[in-house]
Amino acid sequence: MFKKISGSRKPIPEHIRKENLWAYFFLSPALLGLVGLTIFPIIASFFLSFTDWDALGAANFVGLRNVIALVNDGIFWRALWNTIYFTAVSVPVGMALSLGLAMALNRAMKGMGFFRTIFLIPVISSTVATALLWGLMMDPYIGLLNYLLQLLHLPKSGWLTDINMAMPAIIGISIWKGLGYNMVLFLAGLQGIQQELYEAARIDGATKIREFFHITLPMLTPTIFFVLVISLISSFQVFDQTWVLTKGGPQNATITLVYYIYQTGFQQLRMGYASAMAYAMFFITLLIVMVQWKTQGRWVFYQ
Amino acid sequence: MATESIAKLDRSKILVNIAVYGLLIVAAIIMMLPMMWMVSTAFKKYRDTFLIPPMWIPPYFSLQNFTNVFEIVPFANMMFNSLKVAILSTLGQVISCTMAGYAIARMKFFARNTIFLVILATMMVPYQVVMIPIFIIMKNIGWVNSHNALIFPSFLGGAFGIFLMRQYFMTLPNELEDAARVDGANPWQIFWEIILPNSKPALIALATLSFTNYWNDLLSPLIYLNKMELMTMPVGISLFKGMHGTEWNLLMAAALLNIIPAALIFLFTQKYLVEGISLSSGIKG
Repeated sequence: MFKKISGSRKPIPEHIRKENLWAYFFLSPALLGLVGLTIFPIIASFFLSFTDWDALGAANFVGLRNVIALVNDGIFWRALWNTIYFTAVSVPVGMALSLGLAMALNRAMKGMGFFRTIFLIPVISSTVATALLWGLMMDPYIGLLNYLLQLLHLPKSGWLTDINMAMPAIIGISIWKGLGYNMVLFLAGLQGIQQELYEAARIDGATKIREFFHITLPMLTPTIFFVLVISLISSFQVFDQTWVLTKGGPQNATITLVYYIYQTGFQQLRMGYASAMAYAMFFITLLIVMVQWKTQGRWVFYQ
Repeated sequence: MATESIAKLDRSKILVNIAVYGLLIVAAIIMMLPMMWMVSTAFKKYRDTFLIPPMWIPPYFSLQNFTNVFEIVPFANMMFNSLKVAILSTLGQVISCTMAGYAIARMKFFARNTIFLVILATMMVPYQVVMIPIFIIMKNIGWVNSHNALIFPSFLGGAFGIFLMRQYFMTLPNELEDAARVDGANPWQIFWEIILPNSKPALIALATLSFTNYWNDLLSPLIYLNKMELMTMPVGISLFKGMHGTEWNLLMAAALLNIIPAALIFLFTQKYLVEGISLSSGIKG
């Protein structure tokens, strides 16, 4: 304590001062962005939530009216439910499938590069273009999926026009699109596992299944944790697919949080209300990440 | 005895390999079949899109969809706008993220860890939380209905890119800078003449990922652009669907034209892109 006070009087050496100046020069664009495009907007958004700003006139303070309206807004709850439904299915299924693909690719066999390329093509294609493509596949009259069902003597589906099928269809499209990205992450994680561990297990006579549960899975938990967090955050922001294909319909079956925020803020120009909704989404995201963060000690194994 | 068990081991290994190939082929077909169908439909005449059973090879091979797309909507204009926004934004990301990543990875300065952590934490902030205030800022500057609103923010860094570059710079050996420092080079010279030439893989990865992101972005252009002559391809195509909802041959031609540039870049930079995605997880390097 006392030492610190007397120490702070010392002049800063010239080379340290210089390095600080240089470092902040290098950082200046990013810091400007951090303050101007993230920190300030987060604060501004908070205050906007308590106003009735309509993007044109003056913003009036309305207290908790937006919050109360939100709690009573059936469409908001529907959007929240849909988003949770989307996340709860697409994240675990997508992760399991991409882990399976990564494990299949993580073998010294010919042609693995070719398969990896194929699985990555949907990742680099725009969501708009791939959504349209699936719109064609799922067309009730000329779509390939219904043709396939017909060949198998199964009843046809309305897919995106069917209240019960629309969300599962959107989920399927999203899993198909994002599979390759998580696969690459898992592949990197798998390649980081020390081979000696497997050799030791083999000497002990472990089966492949035991190897998977006792070596691969525990050693992969940091990757799984990372993929889980980024997938949760991004799946909560699902928008493009529903914008292109369903516009939130049929009967709000595919309306998502971001879709509703966009609609309220930028189509109806109720910016204050949209801000309140964005903040609700922010809190939910933070809550999910916090829960992940707090519980990671129980299952994430760092070397 | 020993040779017998080795033979047995080999046989089971071959069986597993065949099973894995089988699985991968099925997965590849599921991934690629819709893409093939898009290509096929893009070359069909309108009436042939209704054929049952569906035909993979169009009975009449037509290039007309591609020319029609350019006539019905100002598609060439949209392509140019998309290219302009994506290229300039990529440039912005590469410059700003590389600079910030370099400082965080290789320099000592006041509050370094705090700044790094805060930047990382912003990854958890959904864009939707900040998009309305940023819209207000852009409106006040007068950049609504201007590409500047899309391009300018890319010059101010971003958590993903900064982290990616930081991870890469951490892997470079210290000796690289030491010699230059002894010769009296300043940090900018070291960065420009020594670090950057040694960072091509990471730069290519960041550039490819950024380009793909901006090329494919829908939400920002949707918010900022109302004028047809300013539209980028993803918005244009989604509007196109509103106007010609069932002319799938036209829609697929438009979608294909949107995918091809990104796919071409991907094919050439694939190795770096994969490396970059891995690096961004913090697991490698």
